[in-house]
Parts: sequence; C-alpha cells; structure tokens
Amino acid sequence: MIAIEDVSKRYADGTVAVDRLSLQIPDHSITVLVGPSGCGKTTTLRMINRMVEPSSGTIRINGEDIRSRPVNALRRSMGYVIQNAGLFQHRTILDNIATVPRLLGWSKERARARAAELMERVGLDPGMARRYPYQLSGGQQQRVGVARALASDPPILLMDEPFSAVDPVVRRGLQEELLRIQEELGKAIVFVTHDMDEAITVGDRVAVMRTGGKLAQFASPDELLSSPADAFVEEFLGADRGIRGLSFLSTRELTLDRTAVFPVGADWQEIAGRADAPAQVLVTDAAGRPLGWADPTAWGGEVEALEPHGQTFEVGRDSLRVALDRAVLSPTGRAVAVDGAGQVLGVAGQETIAAAIRAARRQRAADSEPGPSQVKAAR
Amino acid sequence: MNVLEFIRSFFSDGSHWHGYDGIPQRVWEHVQYSASALAIATAIGLPVGLVTGHTGRGGNALAFVSSAARALPTFGLLVLMFVWLGIGITPVMIPLVVLAIPPVLITTYEAVRNVDPSPVDAARGMGMPEGKILLQVEVPAALPLILSGLRSAAIQIVSTATIAAYVSLGGVGRYIVDGLYQRNYEKVVGGATLTAVLALLVLVLFWAVARVAVSPGVRRRRTA
Repeated sequence: MIAIEDVSKRYADGTVAVDRLSLQIPDHSITVLVGPSGCGKTTTLRMINRMVEPSSGTIRINGEDIRSRPVNALRRSMGYVIQNAGLFQHRTILDNIATVPRLLGWSKERARARAAELMERVGLDPGMARRYPYQLSGGQQQRVGVARALASDPPILLMDEPFSAVDPVVRRGLQEELLRIQEELGKAIVFVTHDMDEAITVGDRVAVMRTGGKLAQFASPDELLSSPADAFVEEFLGADRGIRGLSFLSTRELTLDRTAVFPVGADWQEIAGRADAPAQVLVTDAAGRPLGWADPTAWGGEVEALEPHGQTFEVGRDSLRVALDRAVLSPTGRAVAVDGAGQVLGVAGQETIAAAIRAARRQRAADSEPGPSQVKAAR
Repeated sequence: MNVLEFIRSFFSDGSHWHGYDGIPQRVWEHVQYSASALAIATAIGLPVGLVTGHTGRGGNALAFVSSAARALPTFGLLVLMFVWLGIGITPVMIPLVVLAIPPVLITTYEAVRNVDPSPVDAARGMGMPEGKILLQVEVPAALPLILSGLRSAAIQIVSTATIAAYVSLGGVGRYIVDGLYQRNYEKVVGGATLTAVLALLVLVLFWAVARVAVSPGVRRRRTA
C-alpha cells in the first residue's frame, strides 16, 4: 500500500501544486488521479517515485518512508509509464523492454528472454522484437512502454497520462488491455488522466483533484457517478453522468423477450397468421446468430429485405448502458441480446431496459452499501 | 594555361611523388596536424558540451566563449604564437584548436539539450543513474548532430592547416606558400587541390563513421 500523508508541494515562486494531500492507495487495484490541468495530479504521481520531492509530508510504501532508500533503487522497484511512451529510439523494442532488468544487473540473455515474454503479455507480435520504435504506431509504442514498466515485475506501476496521445479507438483497446493485464498481475497501479471517462473505465478507485492541488473526492467510479461530493465534482463528471452510471449495472437480470425471435427456416405463413403476430421479428441463422429484423406479414414464405439488427450486447459482460445504447440505435427500438458465442438469447426493448434500471436502483438503495457488485464495463 | 592544366601537370610530374617534399610526405604531415588538432579540440569541447547540454546550465557562458573564439583571426593568432613561442608545432596547434572548439562545443551542447525530453524522463523514472542517462540515452539520440559538429570542425581544420607552412612547417600548405614565393602557380593550384581533396575525404570518413555508429533507429527517423 502507498500512503500519501499530508503531502504538499510548493514551488519557489509561491505556486502550490499539491496542498496537504492524504491518500491511501491500496494494493492489487487501479487508483486513478483525475482532474483539470494544474490540479497537481502528475506532481502527486511524480512524488511517489521522487521525480518531485514534496515540500512537506511523508509518502510511505508498506509503512516504509520512500526517502529511506536510495532514489534509484526506489525507482527501479516501480514501473513508470509516461505519455508518448518515451521509448529509446536507438534501441530495438526488445532492448527497450529489457532496460530495467539490465539496470538491475541481469545478464543480457535473461533480460531479453524476459522482454520477449512481456511482449506477448501486452499483446505485441514477437516479430517486432528487432524493430525500432519509429517503425511502430503510437498504440504499439505505448504497449512497449507498458511492457518496459512491467519488465522487472514491480509491485507498483505509475502511469502518467499513458494513453492520452493516441486516438480514441486505440485508447479503448489499450484500456481493455490494461484491465486484462491487471486481472492477471494484480499490481498497485496509480494512473493519472484528465479524462473522466478513462478514469471511470480503468479505475477501481478514483481520486478527483481540483485546481490548487486539493482532493475533491476519493471514491469508486460507481459512487462518484451516483453521489458526487460537490458541485465541482458534479461538473467535472459532465452532463451525462446518469447514463454513464449505467455502466455499473449488469444486464444479467434483464428480462429478455424470446417470442419475436425465429430461425430463418420458420413457417412464416403460420407466424403471420397468428392473432398476436409480432410486427417485427428477429431472424437468426441456423446457428442462432442474428441476421436482421423483418416484418413477417410483408412477405410470403421467403426471407428477404432484412433490416440490419445493428450491434448486439452480451448478457452479463456488457452493462445496461450498452444495452440501452443498442436499443436506442436499433430500428425497432429493441436491442439484441447474445451470449458469449454470439447466439441470440432474446431481445429487450427500451421500456424493458428502463424497468431494469429502476429495479437496479431500488435494489441498490435497499442495499445502501455500495457493495462489491462492481461490473466493470469494458465496452 | 588554365587551372585544369595546372592540376594535370602538377600531379603528372614524377618529382612531386617522392622525397621530403613529395605529395605522400606532405599529405601525411597534413593529416597528422589535422588529426592532432581535432583530437585536442574534441578532448576539450566534447566533454564540456555533453555535461552542459545534459544539465542545461552554462549555455550563455558557452555562447560567449564560442563567439569570442570565432572572433579571433586564425592567421593573426598564428603569427602571435609564432613570435611568442618560436618555431614548433605548438604555435600551429593553438590557432587550429581555437578554430575547432566552437563547432564541437556548441553543436554538442545544442544536440544534447535538444534531445526529446520524454525518453530522458522515462529513463530517470526507471532509476537510471545520470551518467548512464547521458551516455546511453542522450548521446545515442544526439549522435548525428554531435558528429556533424565534429565534421565541420574537421573540415575547417583540414582547410586551415595549410597555415602551418607559413611558420616553416610541412603539410600541403607548403606547396601553396612555396608556389606563391617561387611564382610557381602549378604548385599553388596543386596544393589547393590536395587541400580540397583532403576535405572531401573528411566528409566521406564522417559519413562512414555515422553509418556505423548511429543506431538505425535514430538514423532512419532523421531521414524519414
């Protein structure tokens, strides 16, 4: 655990970057420091590896003052990832990743073997080992940056706006990758970002900081969205925090409608003739995967002119936010629910989803405790 | 007779190819003066440039020293040193070194100072000691520019080392000085041609050194 105790940073010109900050950063979880520029989030991170020395206060790791160790030994015991990755242009990808093991005195062979292992862990093609950083895309470079930080298997990982310089699609991929790696490795990760969405996506705990280096709120993303501490946090969360909060509600309890789902070979005459014939049915292929929406009364016998079903959501994995989004975008107002294999489990209309949201809210109020029901919405 | 004729007759004259005043001997002397001057200038300018570039301090002092050094007339300095120290290699070395230090020093300083700060920050954050940051992160990235500073210095030295002949020493400047004195323009042009060829060889040499010493990761990025 990293304990930041009453830490301040004042510069000679009088600016206060961090003002009497106290924060407990637990092991095996991702703690995000988020806030507008000038809120001292990066300064706070850099004080943990002594790239910046606090003016007052103490930082302890597992009870031990970080000043009690030689500074370079301290830094080698933590991974450090920065914006733009900061790769060494003159070294190959493999040798970039092997940097800290080499500093720790490992042999070249052992360090390179470890680096190759890490390339795989962060999802890099082993064929890139001998390439140079300029030959990689921004997203790939950042993966190398993460691999380099993990090379000596440090218990702590410091990440300073690591994904800010890549485009949103690549960023989403990197965030998913980080969560996957974290599931495997369980590091104490301190993650700085100015992007609230990113904070909510990757953070187990989020520390919102305000200009002047003060802590505004330290809570789980769910709690942050449902009960922001003050007007500043509320404003920083943005206008759609209600919708975003749905990211933490599971689709597991959602009532799915199976009556409007038919395989492609069904008897359409019979279906169209029913008294309660649905106006729009979802047609699936033989394997149960969705093909599209159709009106059974409009044609006789043959399936034609299917309307696209749009994106689906995976029950259990995706949140109610995703389900609602799919329903809003669906031509029929209903979202298609699938299982892990892509087979249709049913459909859910906007009203059904709204009912599920109300039920989940009531459940939550009854539980009163936020509890461990954290569904991390990766998508 | 035009210049090409002078060149042809100078180099085809068999007597110019042996003896103490032969081309091999004069070129060898010239290379020795130049290499010594470059070595001394590098020994002084490179470490100072690296350290000031790394710390980012002392840039103003460097700029002052360099412009002062550049303002010194090389030929005037040579004559002064000759009067003061008498015949010998030292009066020649001093002006050449003074001439070569500014390009080495300033280019090295600028090259190191302008290295992308983010790998340096990453290296420091990973616990790399300052010396290793300079030698393993900054110098490899700054190497193409550092070499270009050394190259300018080397070319200036090679062209200017002809002045050694004015104070009774050798080198290919001998042909120019003697040729002017003897009104033997064939010799003057021959000496000038040899100087130019040596300068070109310096270019080739530095190109080859850069090919070997600069990492493909840095080199291709610069040309891309």
